Amino acid sequence: MIPLPEAGGFLPLAILLTSLLVSPVLFALPEHNARLRTALNLGAATLKLALVAWLSWRVSRGAVYDIGFTVLPGLNFKLQADPLAVLFVGLSAVLWLITTVYSVGYLERGPHRARFFGFFSLCVAATVGIAMAGNLFTFLIFYELLTLATYPLVIHNGTAQALRAGRIYLVYTLSGGLLLLLGTLGLWMLAGNTDFAPGGILDAVIADSPRMAQALFVVLIAALGVKAALVPLHAWLPIAMVAPAPVSALLHAVAVVKAGAFGIMRVVYELFGIEATHALGLAEPLAAAAAITILYGSLRALTQDDIKRRLAFSTVSQVSYITLGVALASPIAATGALAHLIHQGLMKITMFMVAGNLAEGLGVKKVSQMNGVGRAMPFTMAAFSLAALGMIGLPPLAGFISKWFLAQGGLDAGQDWVIALLLGSSLLNAIYFLPMLYRAWFLEADRPAESPPPGTPGRPRIGWMLALPPIATAAMVVFAGAFANAPFSPLDWTRFVVAIEYQE
Amino acid sequence: MTEPLQFWMVALLFLPLIGAIAAFVLPRHAPIVGMGVALGVTGAAVGLCWQVQSVGTGTVALGGWGAPLGINLHVDGLSAAMLAMTAGVGAVVSMGAVNTFGGRVARSAETARPRQYFWPLWLLLLTGLNGVYLGTDIFNLYVMIEVIALAAVGLTVLSGSLAALRAGLDYMFASILGALLLLMGVGFVYLQLGRLDFGGLAGADPSGALVAALALMFVGLALKTALFPLHFWLPAAHANATAPASALLSALVVKAALYIIVRLLQHMPAPGEALVVLMGLMGTGAILWGSVQALRADRLKLLVAWSTVTQIGLIFVALAQAGVAGLAHSWKAAAVLILAHGVAKGAMFLAAGRIRAEVGHDRIRDLDRSPVRPALAQLAFAFAAVSLIGLPPSLGFIGKWMVMEGALAAGNWHWVVITMTGTLFSLAYFSRVFAGFLRFDRVEADVPGGVVEQRGRAPMDYAPLALAALGVALGLVAAPILEFLEIGRAGGWP
Amino acid sequence: MTPALIYGLTGIVVFGIGLFGALCVRDRLRRLLALNLCGMGAAFVLVAGAWRMPPDSADPVPHALVITGIVVLVSATAVALALIRRLHTLESAPEEIPEDTPE
Repeated sequence: MIPLPEAGGFLPLAILLTSLLVSPVLFALPEHNARLRTALNLGAATLKLALVAWLSWRVSRGAVYDIGFTVLPGLNFKLQADPLAVLFVGLSAVLWLITTVYSVGYLERGPHRARFFGFFSLCVAATVGIAMAGNLFTFLIFYELLTLATYPLVIHNGTAQALRAGRIYLVYTLSGGLLLLLGTLGLWMLAGNTDFAPGGILDAVIADSPRMAQALFVVLIAALGVKAALVPLHAWLPIAMVAPAPVSALLHAVAVVKAGAFGIMRVVYELFGIEATHALGLAEPLAAAAAITILYGSLRALTQDDIKRRLAFSTVSQVSYITLGVALASPIAATGALAHLIHQGLMKITMFMVAGNLAEGLGVKKVSQMNGVGRAMPFTMAAFSLAALGMIGLPPLAGFISKWFLAQGGLDAGQDWVIALLLGSSLLNAIYFLPMLYRAWFLEADRPAESPPPGTPGRPRIGWMLALPPIATAAMVVFAGAFANAPFSPLDWTRFVVAIEYQE
Repeated sequence: MTEPLQFWMVALLFLPLIGAIAAFVLPRHAPIVGMGVALGVTGAAVGLCWQVQSVGTGTVALGGWGAPLGINLHVDGLSAAMLAMTAGVGAVVSMGAVNTFGGRVARSAETARPRQYFWPLWLLLLTGLNGVYLGTDIFNLYVMIEVIALAAVGLTVLSGSLAALRAGLDYMFASILGALLLLMGVGFVYLQLGRLDFGGLAGADPSGALVAALALMFVGLALKTALFPLHFWLPAAHANATAPASALLSALVVKAALYIIVRLLQHMPAPGEALVVLMGLMGTGAILWGSVQALRADRLKLLVAWSTVTQIGLIFVALAQAGVAGLAHSWKAAAVLILAHGVAKGAMFLAAGRIRAEVGHDRIRDLDRSPVRPALAQLAFAFAAVSLIGLPPSLGFIGKWMVMEGALAAGNWHWVVITMTGTLFSLAYFSRVFAGFLRFDRVEADVPGGVVEQRGRAPMDYAPLALAALGVALGLVAAPILEFLEIGRAGGWP
Repeated sequence: MTPALIYGLTGIVVFGIGLFGALCVRDRLRRLLALNLCGMGAAFVLVAGAWRMPPDSADPVPHALVITGIVVLVSATAVALALIRRLHTLESAPEEIPEDTPE
């Protein structure tokens, strides 16, 4: 049994519970009680943000949080708030608040809101749990919970298409979950525990039987690669974009794909250790898989006319930057990877919220319909433009920072091809994002949008709850890039984490 | 001082027996008697567990005669856990049944007979179950399991519908055949050894004749616990009974025979590798065939019934996971799965009954078209499914984890694959139901003018909900449960 | 060949015939009778096993087992017969509403 921590030690638990406990209350609330529901949602999200802020302050001062109990002999349920966890928790806390505001606006008067927000909170709780899991066993628990909580969100619209998407999503993610279970079991059998610890816990095993360690690595990466959308395990992601816009935003920015990428980080850094990963010859294949995914996602994005599908393929590509940075044996690349975890989240959530606004306000769902939308929704499209330029990697936006560090890391690790890869990918990003901006800003709307919502001639009407969130996240994209060196900026925190993982 | 322990043991046997008689003699007060006894038995089971935890095992010689002639009651960790599970699930089912079969007078002629007979039958069933878990010799177990069988058939046919009667008769036939095989086995064991108590069995010389006798018992018990391919009677019987009866049949009744198999394996002189492999193969068959049938089932209760077949298969795979050598550990995985299934399946059948009562039918395809939303019952169903599928952190997950861990440690990859396949299948067939729970938008399309959704909740929904949530939460305290199960088992295994 | 062995083998044969009937006969009543035949076969075997060469008296425990088995079998048969009768009533007169007809 892990000894109980002092009073402050319950902070991780409190952060988990803010979203976990609010979920059943949201389920129980009657459908029409919208005001109370919104208040609860926002209250919990704000409270969590405050707690996370406090937590990150304490952790930056060197506090260690560790809380858990024994489930089976030798097997603990363990939450810990190390700097890496705080990075991901911080992202989810900020984006949860923003997405909640957006969802309240998006689903105004829509059906099944009680259910939606209940699962939404559960989903965030699962993400927080994944972030703070202190061992692979706990990680597995929340990884499965995440699948279960997102499935109802994916099929929320209830259309035949949504159900098909939901089925595919379930098949992929649950198979991944089973693989992860197998990997966890294997880890436990081999190493005798499943704790995440900087530098890894498998040294003895690697020395004894490198073959088994390699097999374990492949199983774990495959299991996590499903959610991280590594090619060829990515097929569910573009299909799952039939979900409502806030769900896609959350799925792509924080919850699901990031859970996978974050898991890969934990496996490489804290189960195997970066040196052992290289010694076993596993880093190069992982980097290669990431590179293939980056190119493949971008290439596929080129030909998509549906906005959300294009964004989805872009996610496939962008999330693998993180994996790439993890796989390159260089602290600089790791900095880039971790920063990209945050930056990609900010940029992609902006774009998905804008896509939702275009569909809501103008009925625009396809790239080919985007002509002149910049004039109709200038602020929204400005946010989109910032995020898109950030994705391409234009300085001083957030995406530039991560790509810069990745490229530096590639040089540092002696892998010069990374530069070419990043340049190529940025070029592809530009090819599929710039035409959207061009259409939005420089082309006349050739005809009135096909199906404007009833009673809205002229300017589209979307509430502030829809309009503000993307603007806020776009502002963060700018700040995260322009003030990358400020204390508590994503980059700053990232350096803190990397110093620990590389045990400098 | 073990006196309180012995008191609870005797109470657990006689309280339901007296209650059954009282409920039969005083039909007007049967619901009160039944509920009171169910709660009393729960209290006694809690008291017993407390005593077992603090004092250890205990034995009572009824009438003062000891083994090998008299009737001995014995309790250790495993039997106390089974008694507690039975009592807890039984109490929750009773709460559900008070609604269905409660009240001073029957609401209609249709419910008069079920109402009159449910309580005596259920309490008789409880007597039999407690008797099995407390019994120490195979002949007493045989008698108790026959008491269970008669009460269970009665519960099956309670609704009086044609389908239930047919299913009940098939169940009765299967049960008689199983009983005869069991009786022959018991007789042969006696002719070989001259003893019937477990203690005598443990030290015996494993001759061919004894193995044959045990094989006969095994077949009889497999028939009663519905192990593939002897499961043919179960789906119809469990699907067509009324909801509280289904819950009792599926959660508790099949467990009695399973428990005896676990005990036999425990005391059997050198169980053969062949038997263990056979159990694993039959379990595999149950998982695969039951899953396919559950995928094809068109009614909710039928699906749940087939899921019982697969779960029983899984429990046998759990017993077989690490071969004979691993039995000293694998029985714990099986015990955890038995407990998990009991809790979850009881909740699930009650919830399925509630859904059926609110929606008016239980056709899975049309569940989403109903304007009624029994949300609490559906939530209970979902929680129960989480435990049955074996998703973390439920008790079912712990069970599956132990199975796979043991199988891996023994190098038996095939059992890991089977367990995972079963998990995937159970996800597939339960997600059919979940989709029906979530998709309500079709209602408006089907009914002109749109329908106002009704909530379809009732206070009695909380009983299965609490039980299902317990099944999920128990996984978090698996370590103490495992410790408890091992009480009295130190060095008890070959 | 001792008498006990003859009885025992006969019992096994009777049990086998009963088992065959229980598994292969469709008619409910016949199936029930077949199961009873099984029961008799089992009783034969056990009683034969309890036999001891005189002057030793027979072992009483298998007798007790058989008697208990017969009691169980008789009650199960009674329940099954009641079910068969009820099913027969329901199936031969489907227009009757089943739940209202008292036994």
